[in-house]
Order: sequence, then structure tokens, then C-alpha cells
Amino acid sequence: MAGTGLADWGTPMTQLASTMKTLQTPPFDVLRAREDFPILKTMAHGKPLVFLDSAASAQKPRQVIEAVAHVYEAEYANVHRGVYELSEKTTATFENSREKVRAFLNARENREIIFVRGATEGINLVAQTYGRRFLKEGDEIILSVLEHHSNIVPWQMLRDMTGVVLRVVPVNEAGEIEVEAYEKLLNTRTRLVAMTQISNAIGTITPIQKIIRLAHEKGIPVLVDGCQAVPHQKVDVQALDCDFYVFSGHKLYGPSGIGVLYGKAEHLEAMPPYQGGGDMIRSVTFEKTDYGPLPHKFEAGTPHIAGAIGLSAAIDYVEALGLSAIKAHEQSLLHYATERLSTIEGLRIIGTAAEKSSILSFTLAAAHPHDMGTILDGDGIAIRTGHHCAQPLMDRFGVPATARASFGLYNTTKDADALVAGLHKVLEMFG
Amino acid sequence: MFDLKDLYQEVIIDHSKRPRHFGKLAEANREAEGFNPLCGDQLTVELIVEDGLVKDAAFEGAGCAISTASASLMTDMVRGKTEAEAQEIFHRFQDLVTRKDPPTEDDLLKLEKLAALTGVRVFPSRVKCATLAWHTLAAALSGQEKTVKTE
Repeated sequence: MAGTGLADWGTPMTQLASTMKTLQTPPFDVLRAREDFPILKTMAHGKPLVFLDSAASAQKPRQVIEAVAHVYEAEYANVHRGVYELSEKTTATFENSREKVRAFLNARENREIIFVRGATEGINLVAQTYGRRFLKEGDEIILSVLEHHSNIVPWQMLRDMTGVVLRVVPVNEAGEIEVEAYEKLLNTRTRLVAMTQISNAIGTITPIQKIIRLAHEKGIPVLVDGCQAVPHQKVDVQALDCDFYVFSGHKLYGPSGIGVLYGKAEHLEAMPPYQGGGDMIRSVTFEKTDYGPLPHKFEAGTPHIAGAIGLSAAIDYVEALGLSAIKAHEQSLLHYATERLSTIEGLRIIGTAAEKSSILSFTLAAAHPHDMGTILDGDGIAIRTGHHCAQPLMDRFGVPATARASFGLYNTTKDADALVAGLHKVLEMFG
Repeated sequence: MFDLKDLYQEVIIDHSKRPRHFGKLAEANREAEGFNPLCGDQLTVELIVEDGLVKDAAFEGAGCAISTASASLMTDMVRGKTEAEAQEIFHRFQDLVTRKDPPTEDDLLKLEKLAALTGVRVFPSRVKCATLAWHTLAAALSGQEKTVKTE
């Protein structure tokens, strides 16, 4: 990173921010935030870890790690079952986590918050319950070419069961949703729109508010994949007016194995249960089972108790830092990294949408993404390489794979500088 | 021990940039397609096999330096070999990149140019890049038409 003049940890983001009129939030203390993440002090191949793969899964702050440890050390029993104090305590903390998520998303009611394993399970749940109950042969579901496989495959499985038809909204060369094409796809057979709020592979922020409004004008419900959105910006499901919203805890600095499905109560009430088992029933005989009320109807079996509590701690964490401050920090980092990467010979950025999250996908003429990944790894730099579970999008841009650097709240300009230096090393080897 | 120079030896870089026998064979009578779902790498191996002899071999596809170099070195190596010999090289190579013990000097000698690829041993996520072409070759030799996957 010699010669850049920007190699210090302390490269003031405020300085960068002051040149960008859109940023008015107070400066974000990234160095202090880094102190919260023990893993950032570890080494990879003898080099300080430069973690640029938060879009795949984010690292965990001590506050989350301690919250999870505390559950098992001091407050663990099964929930919704025991009459003893410990179980009641755990149940209360678990249900408080649901309330935390409700407030985080600004949902109307707690019963609209369903704990699932992750966004993938949330989408499968909607496909298998709402989809199978209300959709039939010839009905159409609109997706976009930006979708992660988890918002494609569940609908294909539904298609194979029911004969629904999947329609796909294209993107332009910049990777932006073609809204006019979307409007044309909306028709009298359309029964559902399922779309991401932010592309995991190339960072496009979709015009989700408009997508929802246009669908609602025709009475069509919308499911939003919010995995990449919740860690980076404030989300308000009532303002969006979406019908379903899913996200995963592990991308929000929380534990893996816990996620959230939000659904409007009227939909969730009308949907049949997803899985059967304990905790989701009112009464069971061998002749008949009465299902329990929301949200328990969709939460069969013992849930990921510590996961939900850890997720609650993660929400506390990002809210204490402030999502708008996090977004401003990441946006200036994105601009900085984009500018620096653009100077590298043969580097092509895939995804140049005007509205972008802190995800940088790129290819190098001289080297395949996997070779880049291995060489960068040698310098302790972790990036994602491959198709990012978005093969249709890779096909759209005519590449088998990309390298992807994604920035979280703990990344610095120094991380971006390390990436640039690493890529120069790749060019040396393959140039 | 992690040394990039072990992985990206000169011969690997050379074969990845200037792959030998890259393209199609008009007279091919054996063919198979290989696919690595992890990275999306895809390649086709074509062979002309007559009287148990691999008369010609070629490949086509898009992949990383390791998979391209491996396919290039492989096609170089199996041309003129009997089917049985080609299968034997495949097994020897696969064994060396996947087994726990490092290769002996004798092993490396027997592998000739392929020895350069044994550097992938210490990069578990890259072993499949090196073996994709070989699994595809084995499928082509056995006359399977199906797409071969590394997973």
C-alpha cells in the first residue's frame, strides 16, 4: 500500500464524506467498532485478516457472542413448555427477541414475525404454504434475474408441483431492474412477485418501493428478499407495504441458523402450517389436530433459542451504532474502493447501478476469479469468488464467475488498499 | 506450508495462458462434459480412440488457471497412450493430490510434467480444479455421455 498516502487505519472517512454532499450523518468510528469483533484480530496465513466477505456471512461482535454464551451459561431451558422459573425466563427472553425484530422491521404485530433458520427457509415456507394453497396451474410468479438461487429454486419446486409459470424481470447493462419490462410482465395471471431488495452478487439496490406499489395497484402480493438490505439500511415493512419479507441473522452480525419471515397477519392466518410438530398445536388427537395461533403455527419443534436471542443482540448492536451511520460509512468505502479498483488494468466491475450497496463484483482479464481468490488469501484477504448462488445473473453478464469484495461496518479504506495491492500481485503473477 | 509459488509454478502459468490441444476434434469418437458446481467451471474433453489407443485428445471450456493447465497438461500426456495407461495416470494423479502423504521423488518422476500440479494438495478448495479434467477424461474413456460433476 506504499505510495497511496491512504494506508493508515485512520484514513478519515469524514474527509471523504465531506466531499460527498449526500452524507450528513455524524462520523462513524470504524476503529472503535472493529474492537468489538474479536476475529478481526486473528491472522490468516500469518497476515492480519482482511475480511471482505460480509455479504456471504458477517463476523460477530462480542456483544452477540456474549449474549449467546449467556443463554447457555445462565438462562437456558426450553421455551413455551416449562412451568419452572428458568423456562419462563428463557421464554420471556426469546419472545422479547421477537418483539425486538418486530420493532426493527416496524411490523404491526409480534405474531407477524416468524423465526426460521434463515431467508432460504422463509422463502420455502411461503412457496410451500401460500404457494400451494393459493396458486394453481397457469398462475404467474414474477422474479428478477438478480435473484439468489434461494429466491429461484423454491419457486421452481412449486412450479413442478402446481404448474405455475415463472416470469423473469431483466436488468440493464448496469445491473438495474428494467422497470418498464416489469410493468409489462404484470398481468391478470400474476399472483405473486418475489424480488430482492439488494443483489447479493452485484450490489444493485432495486426500486423495491416502486415494484411493490405497481404490483399492489393490480392486487398482487410481493415477497421481498431483504438479506443484503437489513445490515446496511433501515427497513420499514409498513412503509414498504410488502406482504412478506425475509432475512437471515448471520448476515446481520448475528448467529447462523436463525432468520426471520415477516408476513402480513392476514396472509399468515390464511396459510396452512409448513411443518408439523410440537409447539405449533392447540390440541392433538389421532383423529384431528388444531393448530396453534400465530406465530407458533409456523414454528414447529424447539426453535433456535440462543440464535433468536443472539439475533436480538445483533439488532441492538447495529441500532446502537446507527444504521444510517453504518450506511454512510459503507457508501463512502464503496466509492473509495470503486475508484481505486477502476485503476487496475483489465478490471471490469460487474454491476454499476446508480443505487448500489457496498458490494463490488469484478473480473480481471488476466486471471480467473478463483486464482485471484487463492492469491489474495495468501495475503490474508478473504473475498468470495464464484457465481455467488446467482448463476442466471452471471449468464446475463456473460461471465462464469466473478470476484466479490463486500464491505461491512468494520471495513476500512486500508482493507480496500490491501485488496488493490493484492490484485496487483495477481497481475504480476499472471501479467 | 502455504506458498503460492508451489501452486502457480511456471509450467502452470504457461499452460493456463497457452493451453495445448484447446478446441474441438472433427473426428472425435469419445466425448464428455465436466462441471464444477462450486465455481461454475465447465469443460469438454474430446478423444479419438482407436484399437484401445488414445490417438488424439482435446478440450474446450472456461476455467481457472489450475483447471485449464491441468486439462492442457493432461491432453498432452495421454495422447499416444493406451486407454489402460491413461486410466492409470488418472488414478496415480488423483491419488497424489488427494492422499494425506506427500508425493515421494519416485512419484513425481513417474508423473513427469504433471508433477507441477501436485502443489494443489495443500489447497483443499482447489483440488477439484485440478481433477475436473481428469474425471471428465475418465468419463470419456468409459464412454459415459453424462455430465461429470466434481461434487
